[in-house]
Amino acid sequence: MSEHHDHHDHAEEAPHSTFKGYMIGFVASVILTAIPFWMVMGNVLDSRNATVLIILAFAVVQIVVHMVYFLHMDFQSQGGWTMLSLIFTVVLLFITLFGSLWVMYHMNVNMMPSMMGAS
Amino acid sequence: MSSAVQTYSDTTSAVFGRLTWDSFPFHDPIILGTFIMVAVGGIALVAALTKYKVWGYLWNEWFTSIDHKRIGVMYMILGIIMLLRGFADAIMMRLHQAMAFGDSLGYLPPHHYDQIFTAHGVIMIFFVAMPFVVGLMNYIVPLQIGARDVAFPFLNNFSFWMTASGAVLIMLSLFVGEFAKSGWLAYPPLTGILQSPGVGVDYYIWALQIAGVGTLLSGVNFVVTIVKMRAPGMTMMKMPVFTWTALCTNILIVAAFPILTAVLALLSLDRYMDFNFFTNDLGGNAMMYVNLIWIWGHPEVYILILPIFGVFSEIVSTYSGKRLFGYSSMVYATVVITVLSYLVWLHHFFTMGSGATVNSFFGITTMIISIPTGAKIFNWLFTMYRGRIQFDVPMLWTVGFMVTFVIGGMTGVLLAVPPADFVLHNSLFLIAHFHNVIIGGVVFGVFAAITYWYPKVTGYKLDPFWGKCSFWFWLIGFYVAFMPLYALGLMGVTRRMSHFEDMSLQIWFQVAAFGAVLIGLGILSFLIQLYVSYKKRDSLRDETGDPWNGRTLEWSTSSPPPQYNFAFTPQVHENDAWWQMKQHGFKPPQEGFMPIHMPKNTAAGMVLAGLATVFGFAMIWYVWWLAAVSFGALILGAIIHTFNYKRDYYIPVEEVAAVENRRAEVLA
Repeated sequence: MSEHHDHHDHAEEAPHSTFKGYMIGFVASVILTAIPFWMVMGNVLDSRNATVLIILAFAVVQIVVHMVYFLHMDFQSQGGWTMLSLIFTVVLLFITLFGSLWVMYHMNVNMMPSMMGAS
Repeated sequence: MSSAVQTYSDTTSAVFGRLTWDSFPFHDPIILGTFIMVAVGGIALVAALTKYKVWGYLWNEWFTSIDHKRIGVMYMILGIIMLLRGFADAIMMRLHQAMAFGDSLGYLPPHHYDQIFTAHGVIMIFFVAMPFVVGLMNYIVPLQIGARDVAFPFLNNFSFWMTASGAVLIMLSLFVGEFAKSGWLAYPPLTGILQSPGVGVDYYIWALQIAGVGTLLSGVNFVVTIVKMRAPGMTMMKMPVFTWTALCTNILIVAAFPILTAVLALLSLDRYMDFNFFTNDLGGNAMMYVNLIWIWGHPEVYILILPIFGVFSEIVSTYSGKRLFGYSSMVYATVVITVLSYLVWLHHFFTMGSGATVNSFFGITTMIISIPTGAKIFNWLFTMYRGRIQFDVPMLWTVGFMVTFVIGGMTGVLLAVPPADFVLHNSLFLIAHFHNVIIGGVVFGVFAAITYWYPKVTGYKLDPFWGKCSFWFWLIGFYVAFMPLYALGLMGVTRRMSHFEDMSLQIWFQVAAFGAVLIGLGILSFLIQLYVSYKKRDSLRDETGDPWNGRTLEWSTSSPPPQYNFAFTPQVHENDAWWQMKQHGFKPPQEGFMPIHMPKNTAAGMVLAGLATVFGFAMIWYVWWLAAVSFGALILGAIIHTFNYKRDYYIPVEEVAAVENRRAEVLA
């Protein structure tokens, strides 16, 4: 196998990963994890909702960091297939998450009003 | 240790978990009889294999093979074996329901009957339809795109054995312990540890988790294969339709199966670790399970039917002697169905109470999905229109499919109307509907595909007489078995009943049972067909490799194809690549062969899957030490396998030249 590695067409190949790229990704991930952890453990903000929203925002940034530095995604690589699959994944995730929230909210309102009142 | 497990762990031992002598069915004559028959049959089979010394052949050429063609055939054999088991369940249910009226209680005790309908559903979807579909893709896709194997050949072997491992666990539940009594999707709270403390649900969970790993990995494998390994010149819009549908199906697998894995993992946490995701108290919500499992479940039915649409597209165009009508509309319809299949899941639980807004949204999306499906039907009709149609057996299945599937589709649109669904939900009307589309679609398609590609796999055609017998028994049997269920469903009879009071309904169930017998004759005819064709293989032999005047690249190889598929990677210029090559008087080159780089056989897939089976069994029976050991061995084995660098070899030029020249002599 090994002898074949050098002969691949470069346009088809995934972008080459560098030590620097991985380090940036790793350090960024650590920071992006440490801050939300500190916010929860240290009770930094009074408002619970604000904390949740900020953590969500950090999570989204974290996802992007992973995709760029670890999965090496950009608009050109693999003839656009990476981007296409990313769009497909995002659409499906959106459908699954928001669909479930929408469905479950209505289920709970109609079928479990006691539960809605309790929360 | 959690309290839920602790409650039942009073009776468990450290060595055998909750496995005791009582776990074996000595007290149940029906199961014991079956067990003795299976044991005697199994011993006879092993003895026969040993006597004729085929173990070495099976091990070297099949079990450890990472040739996609061999693996494809093994998937099909697994599907056929499990079809027999699933059908045995079906005929037992039909017989029971035809008897259990008034004073008669039928011959199955309710707890046994409940296991049978659960096993029937689980086996037919996960271990019959899925292996058939994956097996077809395995065999055909690399050949259609001009590739020598799939992208990850070892992974392919591993996937197969993981699927087989799940099947082994399900079969084991028949003789050791029990199976789930919960219906094929195992809704909590019934499947929670409080309501189902036995091993049945655990068999369900672990069989599906282990087989699910296999399915997910083969999904990844095929997406990569189709995206990266097409022959030069084969752009996306020049791919054969079957490969297109296979691509969409595998994208669905990759996107949907993790949801199943996650939801079953949550259920396991509830059962094993005393979590409360789906319990009735402490904030659990069983409705979330139903929601999640159908987000997997609805794409799953399209995972099954999309490749079958591809099969019918290939068959219609081959036997009409025309190129497929509306190729690009066929592709777009497939892609639209792929996306839409994620937007309809709630129609499986309209009655759970999400209200008018939500229900009407999902009702409308469900009706919309029938549009691309209808477009496909018209494409097939227009392909046949003014074609030179040869009504060979695959074409019979295709026409039978088109008629039956349209009826099933229409009853599906009926069920998509939420108010109608409130009347029909969980009735036998629903049962008739989904058998109508799964038998009329998937099963007919699989038999069509087996008949169509059989000469490619074995080098001889299937005997048409027994093929026609099988087709007519299946077709008529289907209508006799399921039309009464439509009528019963409209009268309000619900599914999964083990006893009826209203004697006037009995005749309908007796007719349905007779239909199931006809379907049984269809399956028997198929088995006879395999036997008779093998006996008559010399007169049915096909030397050309292209018995039906085919259009796609798999027909350019010999039958069966050499293990490297193509000595030279074909150049593709048009949609029906092989058809166009034939028009231009293509002659296979006779010189300039190169050594061919091939992956080597390995036993690792079978060993790892075997360890997974042991792990599943240990988890089911709470044999914690064995679970820990087998899981550790599984991880260790996988790591050790990554250090196996002797994975490939070269087929020498002389061998390639000899095979190709022999082929040229036969063709000349």
